[in-house]
Amino acid sequence: MLINKRGVTVRFWIQSVFCMVVLLCSSILFAGPKIQSWETPNGAKVLFVSAPELPMMDIRVVFDAGSARDEDKPGLAQLTASLLSQGAGEWSADQLAERMEGVGASFGTGAAQDMAWATVRSLTEPKALNIALATLSTVIAKPRFEAADFNRTREAMQVGLRQSEQNPASVVSKAFFSKVFAGHPYASHPSGTQESLAAMVRDDLVQLHKTYYVARNAVVAIVGAIDRQQAEKIAAQVTAGLAKGQHAPALPEVVMATKGVTENIAFPSSQSHIRLGQPGIRRGDPDYFVLYVGNHILGGSGLVSLLSDEVREKRGLSYSVYSYFNPMRKAGPFIMGAQTKNVQAQEALTVMRKTLQDFIDKGPTQEQLSASKQNITGGFPLRIASNKDIVGYLAMLGFYELPLDYLDTFVGKIETITAEQIQDAFQRRLHPDKFVTIVVGNPEVAPGS
Amino acid sequence: MRRYIWVLLLFCCSTLVLASSEVHEFKLDNGMKVIVKEDHRAPIVVSQVWYKVGSSYEHRGITGVSHVLEHMMFKGTKKHPPGEFSRIIAANGGRENAFTGRDYTAYFQTLSKDRLAISFEMEADRMRNLILLPEEFAKEVEVVKEERRLRTEDNPTSLTYEQFNAVAFRSSPYRNPVIGWMNDLDNMEVEDLQAWYQRWYAPNNATMVVVGDVEPKAVFALAKQYFGAFKPEKINGLKPSKEAAQRGVIRVKVRAPAREPYLMMGYKVPVVSTAAEAWEPYALEMLAAVLDGGSSARFARNLVRGQEIAVSAGAGYSAFTRLSSLVLLDGSPAEGQSIADLETALLAELERVKKELVTQQELERIQAQVIAGKVYEKDSVFYQAMQIGMLETIGLDWRLEDEYVDRLKAVTAEQVQAVAKKYLVEDHLTVAVLEPLPMEMKQPVKAAAGGRHAH
Repeated sequence: MLINKRGVTVRFWIQSVFCMVVLLCSSILFAGPKIQSWETPNGAKVLFVSAPELPMMDIRVVFDAGSARDEDKPGLAQLTASLLSQGAGEWSADQLAERMEGVGASFGTGAAQDMAWATVRSLTEPKALNIALATLSTVIAKPRFEAADFNRTREAMQVGLRQSEQNPASVVSKAFFSKVFAGHPYASHPSGTQESLAAMVRDDLVQLHKTYYVARNAVVAIVGAIDRQQAEKIAAQVTAGLAKGQHAPALPEVVMATKGVTENIAFPSSQSHIRLGQPGIRRGDPDYFVLYVGNHILGGSGLVSLLSDEVREKRGLSYSVYSYFNPMRKAGPFIMGAQTKNVQAQEALTVMRKTLQDFIDKGPTQEQLSASKQNITGGFPLRIASNKDIVGYLAMLGFYELPLDYLDTFVGKIETITAEQIQDAFQRRLHPDKFVTIVVGNPEVAPGS
Repeated sequence: MRRYIWVLLLFCCSTLVLASSEVHEFKLDNGMKVIVKEDHRAPIVVSQVWYKVGSSYEHRGITGVSHVLEHMMFKGTKKHPPGEFSRIIAANGGRENAFTGRDYTAYFQTLSKDRLAISFEMEADRMRNLILLPEEFAKEVEVVKEERRLRTEDNPTSLTYEQFNAVAFRSSPYRNPVIGWMNDLDNMEVEDLQAWYQRWYAPNNATMVVVGDVEPKAVFALAKQYFGAFKPEKINGLKPSKEAAQRGVIRVKVRAPAREPYLMMGYKVPVVSTAAEAWEPYALEMLAAVLDGGSSARFARNLVRGQEIAVSAGAGYSAFTRLSSLVLLDGSPAEGQSIADLETALLAELERVKKELVTQQELERIQAQVIAGKVYEKDSVFYQAMQIGMLETIGLDWRLEDEYVDRLKAVTAEQVQAVAKKYLVEDHLTVAVLEPLPMEMKQPVKAAAGGRHAH
């Protein structure tokens, strides 16, 4: 489970979602990698970058088959993705694992709200690559969903749900999503509920797989030491077993709440975990760049952000405090978060709200704006330095249908952003009086909560 | 046509791999080591300063001081007021952070390659000129306590791990948590940090590791320019610390609010820096990989699938630590299985390794994974620098990194069996069990006033 305990402790954590957001931002001092794109014969979209330096290849196949497609069966998309590796075609779970690991390939599947994915990293040495790709192709097209594998994997998810209940950070996050997105598919957590998992049957998985694991609903991202011709062959091979199918239908729009709500959840912890926010923006939103830079100043730049300065540096209230927009297919959340010992929860919350309100009222100073622009543009090469970075990018650009010159034009867009635009966008898009606020902690030692 | 491309490709790649693993080592007159590895794939550079100090250097009463000092290293010098370090790196498009472990404290920046001098200037400045302001310390130690609450106090499996170490080790400083005991954080004073900084932060106790799109000679010149004038200090090293012999199984129960039980087991074993037989640590690495080197390894195959006793089961060991360490096993029972069932199953897997030789197929699978892993790790300049810095700082040679694959390939099935028989014995075992306490609490009544109770 977590044997990799090196006992290392770092100065601050960056939220993983925040990393994803940063990943999509870049600049033009350096152009992005040369992206080639085409469709496979059965209609899957491919994005490819040739990276000849290392004899390896990363491939990431994503489907619009995340938990937003769960309908009335929360957890279905994640259970389906988990079961892909538990038996496919003529191979059992043991044999699939043996095939991949026997050639040193690493393999993973998963599902979040928007996407389900299967990823492989392999050497480009022909024997290894052929086995890894043939296995991947079978896993996404012909999962067996056998009863024993189904029951075991479902039980593991149920145990996982209980483990997440002992973690205040995941309790607060689930409560936040369920309130902010009440009535929308984004409200239910990808890991599902005990009841929905218990009620699930094999046919639910078969149906989801049949509908959404299809070529026209897929994006294939490839980075590695191969040329275009090979990449075309590989993409065709990997998706060969998929039916053509159709792209998943549009999700409903996210509706903004009409009034704010605060919920305190009692939890036997020494800290209170705080989350507040509202629906934010979708991928491709016209305000995206302006809000990205604005949030970078507010709470998206680690220890030099306004929130970190007020909450951590000036007052020592929290180890980690941040804000971010998490743009999704439809409006994903704007989130502010922190955690502090129970007696300080109200103080931290007050400081966070005031910092945001001041920022909305006054916008950034010129100095703050140019420091942020320098960080974003100057740090561009870091964001596309590895094959792993680039393949993540490709999947994202393909999935959200963003233009292929997205990276090349980014700096131009960042550099023209003004303080007035940021102030205007924050005033239009954020409504603190309508925020959902969740505090998970021990109320017996938290005054006034 | 296709075959031709493959042949060409393999040829190119193998030369590239060779070229890229070239490492250059320099030493300044003051004893500071500078290690540079060229990697020209992207126009970036990572620079890391590693100090030979960490929680295993700490004595009773000041646990956590290395880590608190690491936090305070961002709080200013004569030249740069508190917070400016981070602002300058950020304004240059850099990423920076620091980390503390049992055997090291390290600081790093990742930057566009033309900004390396900025990183050197700042690191040199805080190596010698840190100002520890009491008012900054007072706030920062509270941040560290919040970090401790976040990572340990409110996390039942981390809590179990902390208790496990505290009883597994008798005299070894590995018994103390890196972040320190809360009592010691409560009683820490800025003078403790001052003394610690004085004692360990000197050029001859540091290793600079630079990996990226750089030219080694230029990096060396830069290091000389910024660090060369510093005088070496007399470092009063540590007395040797050898764990007292364990004479029987140790068991500890950790009762904390939780939903699921958790099991952790560990056997005392040597590491590369302490092993009498050079091959033993590598045989232990192979042993851990036989048990848990992926989804085709024995724990996943037999315990998670197969018998369905565990939802997860792990085995871990690192041959590269300063002091002798542990082979760790851990796991969570599957639905309807008990901790006792899980422990029995884990022990049965160990017995099997002692009785039957592991198969050639298993050894080959692990070799394939390790060889591929060596290629994959070149995708990250940070990871490459990390490997070099860690080996140097625990007192080994970075060249071990290059030998690693060959050392593992040389391990035989008989050797895996031999280390299992020799070290995985009950008298050297520690077992910790997380026993969940109820989590239910009275949910707050909305708008209730005066709900404050003393506990």
